[in-house]
Amino acid sequence: MKIPVPPVLRGSSSGAALWIYVALYLIFLYLPICLIPLFSFNDSVQAAFPLKGVTLGWYRTLFQEEGIHSALWTSLEVGVFSAALATLCGVTVSYASVFMKSRFANLLSYVARLPILIPGVIIGIAMLIMANLVGIGPSVPAIIAGHTLVGLPATVMVMQGRFASFPRSIAEAAEDLGAREWTLVRRVLLPMAVPAVGSAFMLAFLTSFDEFIIAFFLSGPHPTLPVYIWGQLRFPRSLPIVMALGSLILAVSVVVSILSEALRRRGQAT
Amino acid sequence: MIPARTVVPDVRSLVFRCLMLLPGAVMGLGLIVFSLGLVVFLAFRHNDGSVLGAGWTWSNFQTILTDPLYAQVALRSVMIAGTATAATVLAAYPVAYCIALRGGRWRSLLLFLVTLPFWTSYLLRVFAWKIVLAYNGVFNSVLVGSGILHAPSLAFLNTPAAVVVTLAHAYAPFAILPIYTALEGLPRSLLEAASDLGARPWTTFRRVVLPASVPGVLTASMVVFIPTLGDYVTPALVGGPRSIMIGSLIQMQFGRANDWPFGAALAVAVMLVVAGGMVLGRKLSVGRQG
Repeated sequence: MKIPVPPVLRGSSSGAALWIYVALYLIFLYLPICLIPLFSFNDSVQAAFPLKGVTLGWYRTLFQEEGIHSALWTSLEVGVFSAALATLCGVTVSYASVFMKSRFANLLSYVARLPILIPGVIIGIAMLIMANLVGIGPSVPAIIAGHTLVGLPATVMVMQGRFASFPRSIAEAAEDLGAREWTLVRRVLLPMAVPAVGSAFMLAFLTSFDEFIIAFFLSGPHPTLPVYIWGQLRFPRSLPIVMALGSLILAVSVVVSILSEALRRRGQAT
Repeated sequence: MIPARTVVPDVRSLVFRCLMLLPGAVMGLGLIVFSLGLVVFLAFRHNDGSVLGAGWTWSNFQTILTDPLYAQVALRSVMIAGTATAATVLAAYPVAYCIALRGGRWRSLLLFLVTLPFWTSYLLRVFAWKIVLAYNGVFNSVLVGSGILHAPSLAFLNTPAAVVVTLAHAYAPFAILPIYTALEGLPRSLLEAASDLGARPWTTFRRVVLPASVPGVLTASMVVFIPTLGDYVTPALVGGPRSIMIGSLIQMQFGRANDWPFGAALAVAVMLVVAGGMVLGRKLSVGRQG
């Protein structure tokens, strides 16, 4: 005899299966990443279970390494400058595409989001050819230009979302009161968009800080942190130091992206 | 006096608008469009060791089309990227579905959790898989430790399968977000109507949810396929010699082989495949709607 299952119960059992899948998926997503900090404290050159004991030794070695200091400095320099440029472009391009309603502005906003559709290797070689043509060659300014480019899509998307969420009436009211466009931007739109600008800057900084392939093509004598790590991956003995360094980089990424998300939400709430 | 006063703001607003367009124009046209144009330009030049090459030629493309090595690598790249895309999208679909339709108050937290790895270093995420899959790595030590295997296996690292798994892990947010966006807009009343009319959950899914998510699935497929097709890091770190992809070949031309025009031609070929994929994707989604 078949016992009819009430649809509510059936729904909840398939719902439970779905939630279990989501939980497993999140484990799949996070477990490999969590191994890096785990093994960075492990007292062994090999990254294998069972763990051999807790040590801070790899971190100590890390802070004494000259190459890491200069790579960190290069990464910060590249990150801050490229994020500033990408944010400037992101804000102006989004403003133009949302408020100016011209074909050229729309074209620019499309082109600015283009880098997301191009494999990193191709952006890398395009920038390398460009840098050699201009005469600066592989160098820190070349990496800054390349990273500005890959930071653009994120800044444009964040700022367009923010500007598009402004009620039209604000701009109209300001115009009716005789405010010039610049006054409107400076006194009304920018103050309202400050959290989003901060969020865009942080995302562009993160994109640059973590970016490898473009920096790999454009690194001259001063590698960024990811390029430095790439160079160390060849040596099995330096793997624990790479993991210690990687843990710190992961921590920076997580903190900055949480801050950026918090800013973005605060911006939406007002 | 009066006409002058009305003219001044116009000039100012014109200057203002030009200033607002300037950074985007410099960056977009000066850097993005121009540098990609340079790649296309270089692809039709002879290699003479200079930045811009010499003389016009088709020979780079002839080599790509006639040398079986390139056909083989191109086919392998498309296969690996295609499999990775399918795996990524399939694995991500239930997650996007759950967040969009059952997420409730957990929705924004879950969305943040699935996107957070995207903002961590790609290189480190791939490196993490190397730790997992290596001969003396985590996977092997767990399998040996629990008695499933007697000795560590070499069968995990340096295989195309390792590349597919790593890519599916690395590009998960790319797949989840577009599908989520497509499903989020689905009116809840539509689902209720379907169940009120007696549709079983599976029928509701097949007839209501699935069609609504098609544009999201197509977008997800595109944004995963494009970067994975030209990927360099993953095949290099976990793929081994059997998984050399087109990105590695391009890198080689700009490195050891030092044949920039040929590398540029390979890049143009990749962009053509990408463009072809996008046209196909658009056709499919328009066909669905029409």
